[in-house]
Amino acid sequence: MTDLIQLTIYGIVLGSIFALGAVGLSLIYAILRFPHFAHGDFMTLGAYLSLGIVTTFGVPPIIALPFGAAGAVLFAIAIDQTIYRRLRKTQPVILLISSVGTALILRALLQMVFGSETQVYQSGIQMPYRFGDFRIKPAHFMIVGVAAALVLALHLFLQKTRVGKAMRAMSDNRDLAQVTGISVDRIVVWTWGIGIALAATAGVLLGMDTRLHPTMGWNILLPVFAAAILGGIGSPYGAIAGGLVIGIVQEWSTTFISPAYKPAVAFAIMVLMLLVRPTGLFAGRKV
Amino acid sequence: MEMGGLTTYAVFFLTSVGIYAIVCLALNVQWGLSGQFNFGIVAFYALGAYTSAILTGPPSSTYLGGFGLPLPIGLIGGMIVAGLLGLFIGLICLNLRADYLAIATIGIAEIVRLFLKNEAWLTNGVRGVPGIPRPFFNSGYFELGYLALVLVLVVVVYLLIERARLSPWGRVLRAIRENEDTAAAAGKNVVGFRIQAFVFGAALMGLAGGLYAHFIGFISSEAFMPEVGTFLVWVMLIAGGSGNNRGAILGAFAIWVLWSGSEFIISQVLPASLTTQAGALRLLLIGVLLQVILLTRPAGLLSEEGLYRRGRTAQADPKSHRRMVR
Repeated sequence: MTDLIQLTIYGIVLGSIFALGAVGLSLIYAILRFPHFAHGDFMTLGAYLSLGIVTTFGVPPIIALPFGAAGAVLFAIAIDQTIYRRLRKTQPVILLISSVGTALILRALLQMVFGSETQVYQSGIQMPYRFGDFRIKPAHFMIVGVAAALVLALHLFLQKTRVGKAMRAMSDNRDLAQVTGISVDRIVVWTWGIGIALAATAGVLLGMDTRLHPTMGWNILLPVFAAAILGGIGSPYGAIAGGLVIGIVQEWSTTFISPAYKPAVAFAIMVLMLLVRPTGLFAGRKV
Repeated sequence: MEMGGLTTYAVFFLTSVGIYAIVCLALNVQWGLSGQFNFGIVAFYALGAYTSAILTGPPSSTYLGGFGLPLPIGLIGGMIVAGLLGLFIGLICLNLRADYLAIATIGIAEIVRLFLKNEAWLTNGVRGVPGIPRPFFNSGYFELGYLALVLVLVVVVYLLIERARLSPWGRVLRAIRENEDTAAAAGKNVVGFRIQAFVFGAALMGLAGGLYAHFIGFISSEAFMPEVGTFLVWVMLIAGGSGNNRGAILGAFAIWVLWSGSEFIISQVLPASLTTQAGALRLLLIGVLLQVILLTRPAGLLSEEGLYRRGRTAQADPKSHRRMVR
């Protein structure tokens, strides 16, 4: 029982990171209509840009985070305007292939600039707090706190602002939204901004929890996709729930199968979901 | 037989091109002909390689092996196992849309990779399977003999797929690719045809994997990474012209020239202290190539439209994405 609760705590931490990634993936999928395969590598980009700021200015990662995220967003918008924009009139599948190209380019650049060894934001061992039988690292509080704050901010943004409402309209029904005079180009830029900022934050949090490596984002792309599909494409709240479910189930699964197969668990949940209820738990759209 | 350095290299080069050409033709059956996304190429390739290696290899105390069966049995076994994985994916995933299939296949490839890496009783894990038999080795004509074998197989596979493309079976697949609902309305079993094409392609990828194993003589889980095993093949097919079998072979050749040429140039240009960056540079090359091809020549060097409009004024519009439309 104690183990199960400890695993649940780890699962919530991991799930918060998945959730931040999945929200952006889900919005991009719904509004731009393609699965953004470079999403994981944008997490890595955010993590490494922040690492650059941490090592240059000696600030803690949480201070570097907004700047790292801003850098990642600028990069994403640049790629969108130079490459994806020209491919938007074609099949979504072409954009999918192109995003794989972006993923490879990003990973290669990061590896060339920062090297391919694993790195950490702060060296030394973090002493976990003990609560009875449970152990929680200080970073875990930070991760869940930042994720919760961002989810709340996102909720207010989507519900209260004009742009947020327009984004929800676009993700529900793109054609109808256009008829009402919503500017697609503007919403596309906003979608990248929010999606990639959340992804970059997820990358920094992942780096705080474990270590940084050029393939860190690519490695969690599968659970992040699983979370977005589980929640229903285009449903940001579904993506958050999906992230937490995938995170917790992945951790629980380690009690009966080898931890090496964690991605397989996420995958199994995803395939099951695609077969049983392709619109996702929260009735997102079948894109 | 003693061969000069350049000749040895040319033979090695052409054998690699031949193996990639088979993978590329196989992907062309799945994507070019029937519009099914496969981002898990490396999984089928790796299964073919491991199956053939285990069936034909010498005995070992640490992993499964020692069946010592003849090479053709190994290759056929590899095709069967890869085909079975294709069938499994087909049965659970092929009614999904192309983009979901992409996510699903990339997931299965990741699981296969984890399996091959972690189940050391079967595959010897990261230490790899050594001593895979190489045919014609004792005669001293291994390199040339193997090149001939691979080239013969490329021709056989090409003729087979070309025949399939022109047959009623191929026409149905193209019809399904262009418009699934119309094909279904015409009484075609859409899922059945898709599964056939997917399994056919998967088995051919397994064949190529087996050929790779017997060519190199050693495999480990590190040899089957998605960058080279999956994405490079996609670049080859898109560059060559998906839907066009000659394009697939041409793409395999052209991109392999660039790929191995880049290795040579990087090793010459980059100072020794930076050689660890060579892998990253080449990764960058695949990514940039992919983007450039998609933006400037999405129909590939030899487009599919060229096949069906021969004799007319038929230069396909290089900007056209029409052949990719399902």
